[in-house]
Amino acid sequence: MADPELYPADIHHEHASLAVTERPLARAALMALAFGFLAIFLLLPLVVVFEQAFSRGIGAFFEAINEHDTLAAIRLTLLVAVISVPLNLVFGVAAAWAIAKFEFKGKAFLITLIDLPFSVSPVISGLVYVLLFGTASLLGPWLKLHGIVILFAVPGIVLATVFVTFPFVARELIPLMQEQGTGDEEAALSLGANGWQTFWHVTLPNIKWGLLYGVLLCNARAMGEFGAVSVVSGHIRGLTNTMPLHVEILYNEYNAVGAFAVASVLAGLALVTLVLKTLLELRYGAEIAATRGH
Amino acid sequence: MTTAPAKAGWRFRQPSVIPGFGLTLGFSLAYLTLIILIPLSGLVWRSASLGWSDFFAIATDRRTVKALEISFGTAFIAAAINVVFGTIVAWVLVRYRFPGRRVIDAMVDLPFALPTAVAGIALTTLYSPKGWMGALLAPLGIKVAYTPLGIVIALVFIGLPFVVRTVQPIIEEIDKEVEEAAATLGANRFQTIFLVLFPGLAPAVVTGFALAFARGVGEYGSVIFIAGNLPYVSEIAPLLIVIRLEEYDYAAATAIATIMLALSFLMLLVINLIQSRTRKRYG
Amino acid sequence: MEVRVSNVRKEFDRFPALRDVSLDIRSGELIALLGPSGSGKTTLLRLIAGLERPTRGTIFFGDEDASNRTIQERNVGFVFQHYALFRHMTVADNIGFGLKVRPSAKRPTKAEIRRRASELLDLVQLSGLEKRYPAQLSGGQRQRVALARAMAIEPKVLLLDEPFGALDAQVRRELRRWLREIHDATGHTTIFVTHDQEEALELADRVVVMSQGRIEQIGTADEVYDTPNSPFVYGFIGESSSLPVKVEDGQVWISDRPIGLTAPELPDGEATLYFRPHDIELLDECNGCIAGTVAASRRVAGTRRVELEIGGGRERIEIELPVGHPAAQKSRVAFRPKRWKVFPKPVEG
Repeated sequence: MADPELYPADIHHEHASLAVTERPLARAALMALAFGFLAIFLLLPLVVVFEQAFSRGIGAFFEAINEHDTLAAIRLTLLVAVISVPLNLVFGVAAAWAIAKFEFKGKAFLITLIDLPFSVSPVISGLVYVLLFGTASLLGPWLKLHGIVILFAVPGIVLATVFVTFPFVARELIPLMQEQGTGDEEAALSLGANGWQTFWHVTLPNIKWGLLYGVLLCNARAMGEFGAVSVVSGHIRGLTNTMPLHVEILYNEYNAVGAFAVASVLAGLALVTLVLKTLLELRYGAEIAATRGH
Repeated sequence: MTTAPAKAGWRFRQPSVIPGFGLTLGFSLAYLTLIILIPLSGLVWRSASLGWSDFFAIATDRRTVKALEISFGTAFIAAAINVVFGTIVAWVLVRYRFPGRRVIDAMVDLPFALPTAVAGIALTTLYSPKGWMGALLAPLGIKVAYTPLGIVIALVFIGLPFVVRTVQPIIEEIDKEVEEAAATLGANRFQTIFLVLFPGLAPAVVTGFALAFARGVGEYGSVIFIAGNLPYVSEIAPLLIVIRLEEYDYAAATAIATIMLALSFLMLLVINLIQSRTRKRYG
Repeated sequence: MEVRVSNVRKEFDRFPALRDVSLDIRSGELIALLGPSGSGKTTLLRLIAGLERPTRGTIFFGDEDASNRTIQERNVGFVFQHYALFRHMTVADNIGFGLKVRPSAKRPTKAEIRRRASELLDLVQLSGLEKRYPAQLSGGQRQRVALARAMAIEPKVLLLDEPFGALDAQVRRELRRWLREIHDATGHTTIFVTHDQEEALELADRVVVMSQGRIEQIGTADEVYDTPNSPFVYGFIGESSSLPVKVEDGQVWISDRPIGLTAPELPDGEATLYFRPHDIELLDECNGCIAGTVAASRRVAGTRRVELEIGGGRERIEIELPVGHPAAQKSRVAFRPKRWKVFPKPVEG
């Protein structure tokens, strides 16, 4: 059979009866609308990022990247991601195990709570930590007395990032593990495996692609988060500026090339994320989203 | 692994041979409480300790009201635009075969993956009077950057994948026999789509709208660059929170945040109600 | 290994899936748990395996109370309905899994595990498929791998949940005979769940018929077929016909006529008569018989089924006659069941 991607129109005509498709004119109009909309709203912004970043040539681009504060921002962003993604990974696996493998009261409510950060404005996600750890808070004086710095420092940035990326892994794993049921685990246990062995040899291989998928999305958000981090960071150049915050500062200083150079790195990261995500979906779609083929 | 002992008649969980319930649930709850619940309840507690008159004063402050109006208004318009175009995009992606379909399909998730600040400066550059789109629209007398229209543009960008990704799987599931049945009964294509297919898509469309709307209300990064942030005109509520924080006016920041949270939850509740009703009717 | 189930009750969310079930299984026996869906047969199997805990009651392995034994300690070989093969492991890794996860003191060497796996593959007649993945096997082959995996841990008891349920008829029959051979060769105490009576009757030493969380009857294939001890077993196993009757002074009556059957042990009152449609004798003259008008007659394979209206058409029953028997042509037939049973009507409420 021909590759459906190569001769799509013919295949489509063979399979779709006249009753279930639009007339060619209507079809062309719909496609024009969809492509036009996507081009203006998705493609153009992406193109602009790279166009601006390289507008003064490739030398100016690397100069902008190779600047002390920019490199510090890149390091901080990586550090924040390296701490917050594994935290939410462990949480995601634990929560999905409890929710998917057991029946207990209040499960639906728990799932709602896990999704909560998605419906909270990023600014509010940052604000809650300012209220919790700020000088005017209950904890503020105690923290100050013991010399513990959370706000306007790395711990605050990590906490805010953990907050906004909290649901990503859990959300990916819960439906997947629910779909997979407990049959494989029961089989492993009946063969004498203990809990860890069962998780390690049986459950983890079953969920690894879904897990990777969740981690990918979690990481993209962790590296790109702006609102929540902005509130708790204090914007100290070279110290508490993550890459997105650094983009803002450069942009507000009318350093367009610098801003877009850093932005293009982030955009490149987003593109890599999209490519990996698509590859995962194509290759392991069934093992990410559910419905196992037995 | 020990878990809560079963009291007679009422069981917290059904027994199972699978180990690790206590460990995983305990860890999950502790983590959830520390990271999410305590900080959020801190917000509510601070807001409650404001006192009613203070809270009322902040809530009815003209700048606050205006900022909330702008946030909710623009988010609503953007979500509505996304419902129309997002559904068309989803339809085209599911029903039509064309070269590069997979690439375009993947691109739809760009707003999920692209940091909001990057989107913000890109859209601003694009729609500023000298930008590619701005220069095109300027002769028509349309100003986008630094106006509420700019906010809508940013929120359309942010919200698009929510609609597409909720509607797309439902279109994929449509049983072609239903359409064929409608055709054999004499419905033309237009009638089939509007009378037979759309009602089935309605719950998904409403969900997509709700998600895009909720995200739009709270959006910050992509908006502040393009909005111009003129108080009473193009200043969104999340930005006002930040401004109050920078003024060390924690009371005002807390109050606005609480109002935003309450309004968002209320909206989601209403939309959930509508949704469950549509679902009941159309199955 | 003997298995003794003693007064076991199991509730799910207060709904009783098993009510007070007791069962003794002898060492080396091949036992079928037979019943319709919802009868509790799978629950009983999972309780024996230790996959569920009884709400009340005890399960003994030999003389030892297994209740407090975890599933790992029970050492049962469980073959899951959909096999639950680990799809990311090869056939050999699947079979060796139970040995690989043993604590290091009791764990065989890698080479030994490999050897055991291929030995078991020989036993289940799948030699040479070590390197395959479950997805590359047919349904019947997966089922054999699942059995080999369960036997690799040298189980005390072999438990199979609907072992042939997911296979087509041809493969089913083949595997059935093969399972019997393996059982005879290895001598494992084996319990399997099925809803297919043919499978249970053909394969098992003893059949446990279950319904609504209770054991209705335990017996050999002959016993449960020839002398069913409850209306349910009569209806569930084989064909049966039933008629509402009345018992008076040990005599069985239909309408106002005695039919020549006596049931002295039964109390007077309403009851139901059960018999097998083929297990009857035709009578020429009726002094004490069941008589009915032929309503329909159809040929089924080697016999003819005749549908009779009894008592003015209120009740319809079926009897079976040899093809070409002259009675099938008549408009009225009189007969008496050769083997039958009368069950009193259950007391209402």
